[in-house]
Amino acid sequence: MSLIEEIDYGTPRSKSETMVTLTIDGNQVTVPEGTSIMRAAMDAGHQIPKLCATDMVDAFGSCRLCVVEIEGRAGTPASCTTPAMNGLVVHTQSERLKKLRKGVMELYISDHPLDCLTCGANGDCELQDMAGAVGLRDVRYGYEGENHVFAKSNGKINAAWMPKDESNPYFTYDPSKCIVCSRCVRACEEVQGTFALTISGRGFDSRVSPGMSESFLGSECVSCGACVQACPTATLTEKSVIEIGQPEHSVVTTCAYCGVGCAFKAEMRGEEVVRMVPYKDGKANRGHSCVKGRFAWGYTNHKERILNPMIRERIEDPWREVSWDEAFSFAAEKMRGIQKKYGRDAIGGITSSRCTNEETYLVQKLIRAGFGNNNVDTCARVCHSPTGYGLSQTFGTSAGTQDFDSVEDTDVAVIIGANPASAHPVFASRLKKRLRQGAKLIVIDPRRTEMVESPHVKALHLPLMPGTNVAVVTALAHVIVTEGLANEAFIRERCDWSEFEEWAAFVAQPKHSPEATAILTGIDPKDLREAARIYATGGNGAIYYGLGVTEHSQGSTTVIAIANLAMVTGNIGRPGVGVNPLRGQNNVQGSCDMGSFPHELPGYRHISGEAVRDQFEALWNVKLNPEPGLRIPNMFDAAIEGTFMGIYVQGEDILQSDPNTKHVVAALSAMECVIVHDLFLNETANYAHVFLPGSSFLEKDGTFTNAERRIQRVRKVMTPKNGMADWEVTIALAKAMGFEMNYNHPSEIMDEIAALTPTFTGVSYAKLDELGSVQWPCNEKAPEGTPVMHMDGFVRGKGKFIVTEYVATDERTGPRFPLLLTTGRILSQYNVGAQTRRTENVVWHAEDRLEIHPHDAEQRGVREGDWVRLTSRAGETTLRAEITDRVSPGVVYTTFHHPDTQANVITTDYSDWATNCPEYKVTAVQISPSNGPSDWQKSYDEQARHSRRIAPAEAAE
Amino acid sequence: MSSPDRLVYMANQIGTFFRSQGHDKAVPGIADHIKKFWDPRMKRAIFAHLDAGGAGLEPNVREALTSLKQSLPAAS
Repeated sequence: MSLIEEIDYGTPRSKSETMVTLTIDGNQVTVPEGTSIMRAAMDAGHQIPKLCATDMVDAFGSCRLCVVEIEGRAGTPASCTTPAMNGLVVHTQSERLKKLRKGVMELYISDHPLDCLTCGANGDCELQDMAGAVGLRDVRYGYEGENHVFAKSNGKINAAWMPKDESNPYFTYDPSKCIVCSRCVRACEEVQGTFALTISGRGFDSRVSPGMSESFLGSECVSCGACVQACPTATLTEKSVIEIGQPEHSVVTTCAYCGVGCAFKAEMRGEEVVRMVPYKDGKANRGHSCVKGRFAWGYTNHKERILNPMIRERIEDPWREVSWDEAFSFAAEKMRGIQKKYGRDAIGGITSSRCTNEETYLVQKLIRAGFGNNNVDTCARVCHSPTGYGLSQTFGTSAGTQDFDSVEDTDVAVIIGANPASAHPVFASRLKKRLRQGAKLIVIDPRRTEMVESPHVKALHLPLMPGTNVAVVTALAHVIVTEGLANEAFIRERCDWSEFEEWAAFVAQPKHSPEATAILTGIDPKDLREAARIYATGGNGAIYYGLGVTEHSQGSTTVIAIANLAMVTGNIGRPGVGVNPLRGQNNVQGSCDMGSFPHELPGYRHISGEAVRDQFEALWNVKLNPEPGLRIPNMFDAAIEGTFMGIYVQGEDILQSDPNTKHVVAALSAMECVIVHDLFLNETANYAHVFLPGSSFLEKDGTFTNAERRIQRVRKVMTPKNGMADWEVTIALAKAMGFEMNYNHPSEIMDEIAALTPTFTGVSYAKLDELGSVQWPCNEKAPEGTPVMHMDGFVRGKGKFIVTEYVATDERTGPRFPLLLTTGRILSQYNVGAQTRRTENVVWHAEDRLEIHPHDAEQRGVREGDWVRLTSRAGETTLRAEITDRVSPGVVYTTFHHPDTQANVITTDYSDWATNCPEYKVTAVQISPSNGPSDWQKSYDEQARHSRRIAPAEAAE
Repeated sequence: MSSPDRLVYMANQIGTFFRSQGHDKAVPGIADHIKKFWDPRMKRAIFAHLDAGGAGLEPNVREALTSLKQSLPAAS
C-alpha cells in the first residue's frame, strides 16, 4: 500500500466531442477541443512546471511558470490559458523557457521563508517541487528586502508581515508562506461557490483575505477545505498534518455522513488518520467535500466512545462491563425468554442507515430468519419511506432517477423542502456551479434557506406555509395542464393515457388553481404561475427534494404529486432531469434496498410473494413469515400495549430522533430487553439493558449506497477499537440466539445479496474495485450499472398518474398554539449530532436556536438571545431565540442536533398516511419568554446522567 | 392515542387519500394498502373493532376492512 497520487492535469477536462491533434515535444497528442496545452502535455506524460494552475479550477495564467514556445507564434504563452489547436507544434523546454522559469522562481523564493525542514508541508509542497524542477540554485536578490516573511525587518516592525490565523479549528492560514497564486480564492468561488475569499490589495500588497480581512472563522468561510486542498504551499494546511506529519499510505473510502456519499482518500500513518482528502475520481463528489466529511472525523476516537460490552438487569442499575460472550448470552437469553413468554412476534430490531449494506442485510436476516418474524424497520421510516412508496407507485422503483453528474445538464432546478447548502453541501456546490452558468432555480420552502440567495444565485422563492406541499405541487400541475404546457408526446408514449386524462381533469379544477389555493399556501399566485411555466418550458427540469416533502401527514402524496409533475412535463428519462430525493444519511438508500422495511425483502419485493420467499427460504434454510411486521411507530404502540417487549437497535438513536419523545420513553421503558449497538451511550441507551460497542466506518469493510443509487466501497483503515466490526457483532449475537450465519468477509455477504436480488446481480467487490462504484440496477442488462433510470420507458411499464387531493393536517394552529414549528439542519452538525457534537464542529453551532420572525418576537416580548419556552400539544422545551426574517410571520424554525434541546419533545404522533413517517415538519406551538430549562429537560438530564453510570470494574481475584 | 383509536385514525387517513379516486377504486385500494403494510396484530385489532361496531370508521374504510377480513384466512 502506498500514497495514492492523483494526477493534476492543471486545467479542467474539456467536454467537447470534437478532437484536435497537436505536437508537443515531438509527440502527437489528440485531445478534446478546448483542452489547454498544459493538460494536453500532461496527457502525453509531460509535466509543464506550474504553480497557479490546478485541474479543480479554471486556468488563471498568473504565475508565468508554465510558459511554452509555439512554432510560428511570438513570445512565450502560458500553457494553462492557451488552448490546444490542430497542427500546433509546442516545445515545453528550451534555453529561453528555462531562464524565464528560473527567474520567476527566484522572485517567488526571495519572498518566502526557507524553513522547509520544519515546515508542515515538507514533502507535499509544490513550491519546493517547482524550485527543484527549474533547477533553482541561488537567489540573487537576497532575503533582506521588502518581504512578507519576517515579523521584524532590519530591527523594525515589518508592516507587511501578518501572523498566522489559527481561528479555524481544522486548518491554519500562514500569510508569510503565501505566494498569491489565487488557487484558494478560485476554489472557494468555482468549486465551493461561497466566495468567502478574495485577494485584497494590489501588486506587492496582495493578500488572501477571508471576507473583509477577517479571520477565517469570522468570515463567511464554511470550512469545506477546498482552499486547503488547492493551496500549493503550507499557507493553508490541515492542523492534523502540522501535528502528525505527512501521511505514508492512503485508502479510498466513502464518507459516513450524508447521502451524497463523497469518496475520500483516508491518508494514513500506520493506523492513525492524518487527514481525509476528497477523491477526484469519486463520481458523487468529483473531488469536493464539506466540513463534516473533510474534517469532522475526530468522533471516531473520542473519549466518550464505549469500547467494552455492558449489561444490566434494570435501567436504574449502573452499567456493568462484561466480556463479549457474556453480553451475547445475556442478550440472547433475554430475547428468547421474551419470545417464550409473549410469543414469537414480541421482539424485533432496527437496522442502521449509518451502517454498511452488508451489516444492514445481516440485521434484517437475523430478524426474519433468526427471530422468525418481520419486525424490522430502519430510520428511513422517519425520513424517506414516503419516497419509496410514492416513486414505486408512479414509476416502479423506490429510488431517485438520476446521478449527481446529471445536474450539469439541468436548465431548471426545483428544490422542494430541502436545504442542500446545509444538509447536502457537496451537491449544493455542484448545483450552484450550474446555476452560475445560467440555469434557473426555484425554491419551495417555508424558510428563506441559504439556497434562495447566495453569491451569484437568486432563486424564485415560493415561501409556502408548512403542511401545504400537496396544494402547491398540485397548483403547479394545474397551471401546466390548463395553460397547455403538458408534454403530450411524452405522456402518450410513456404513460397510461386514460390515467393521465383522469388526473388532468382533477388538477384542472378551479379549486386547485394558484389563486384558489393561495389562502392556504400563502404563495403569491403570480410567482407560482411563473414557477410552473419556467419548469415546464425552461429546458431540462430537475426536481430535488428532501424531508420537507416526506415528513408530513401527506408525505407520500407529495412524492406522488412530484412524480406527476415530472411526467406531465416529460422531465424524466434523460440526463439533466428527473426526480431526485436527497437522502439524509449515508446509507438510507442502501438500508431500504437491503430489505429493512417490515413488508419487503431485499430488492423491494413484498414478503407475501411466495416465489420470492421460496428463494430466500432455500438459501437461508428457514421458513419465513409471510405477514408484514411492525414499523417503528407501531413497535412503540405495541410496546406500550404489552405485545412488543424486546428490540435490537443497530446504529440509530430512536429516542432522540423519533417524534414525541415522551411516547418513545414510555415505549422503551415498557420493554424488557433493549439492545443498543452504537459507538456512544446515546439517548436510547439510557433505556437499554445491553450495550454492544460499535465500530466506525474507518474500522470495517463494506459498502454504502448513496442518494443516486451508487454503491461505493467502505474500506477498513484501522483495527476496530472495540475489537469487532459491526457485522461480526450481529453474527455473534445471532449465534448466541441459535441462528448461525457464516461469513469470513463482507464481500461474501455482498455475494449473497447479489445472488438474491435481481437489481444487484452484477455487483461484487471485484467489480467495485475495478469500476470504483456502480449504480443499481447492475445486472446482465446493465453490467456497469444505471446512471439514469427510466431511459426507455418506466420500470413499472407505463408511468402512472395518481390524483393527489390536498388534505390539511390535523395538526392545526389555534388560539393556544398559534405558530407553526418546522425543523431542519445546519451545515456543521449532522442529524442528532452524536458524531459532530464530538468534534470541533461545535465552534459553529454549540446549541439549537429557535428562529422567529421579528413581528412574532415583538408581540411576545422576545429579544435576540432570550430563553424562550416552546410549547406544543405534546410537550415543552426551552431554547434561545434568534430573530430573523428568514422565516415568515407565523412560522418558527429550529434544528434538532442537541439532546438537551429535545426538539422532539414538541413534535407529535401524526404521521404519513401511507408509511407512518412522522410529521416532523409541522407542529402547532406557542412561544413565551422563559428563565431557563423546563422541568422536563431537568428531569430528563438527571435520568440520563443516572443511567449512564458505569460501575467500576471488580478487582480480579 | 390508545390503540383502537390510533388504528381507526390511521385507517381513515388511508381512506382519505383514496377518496378522490372514487368509491370503486378507493375500497380495494384501502384494503390492499392495509393488507400490505399492517402487521397481523394491528389487523386483528382493527377487525375486532369492526366486529364491535366499528365506531369512527369512514364508510369506504369500513367496507374495505369488511372485504379484507373476509378475504384473509382466519388465522391471521
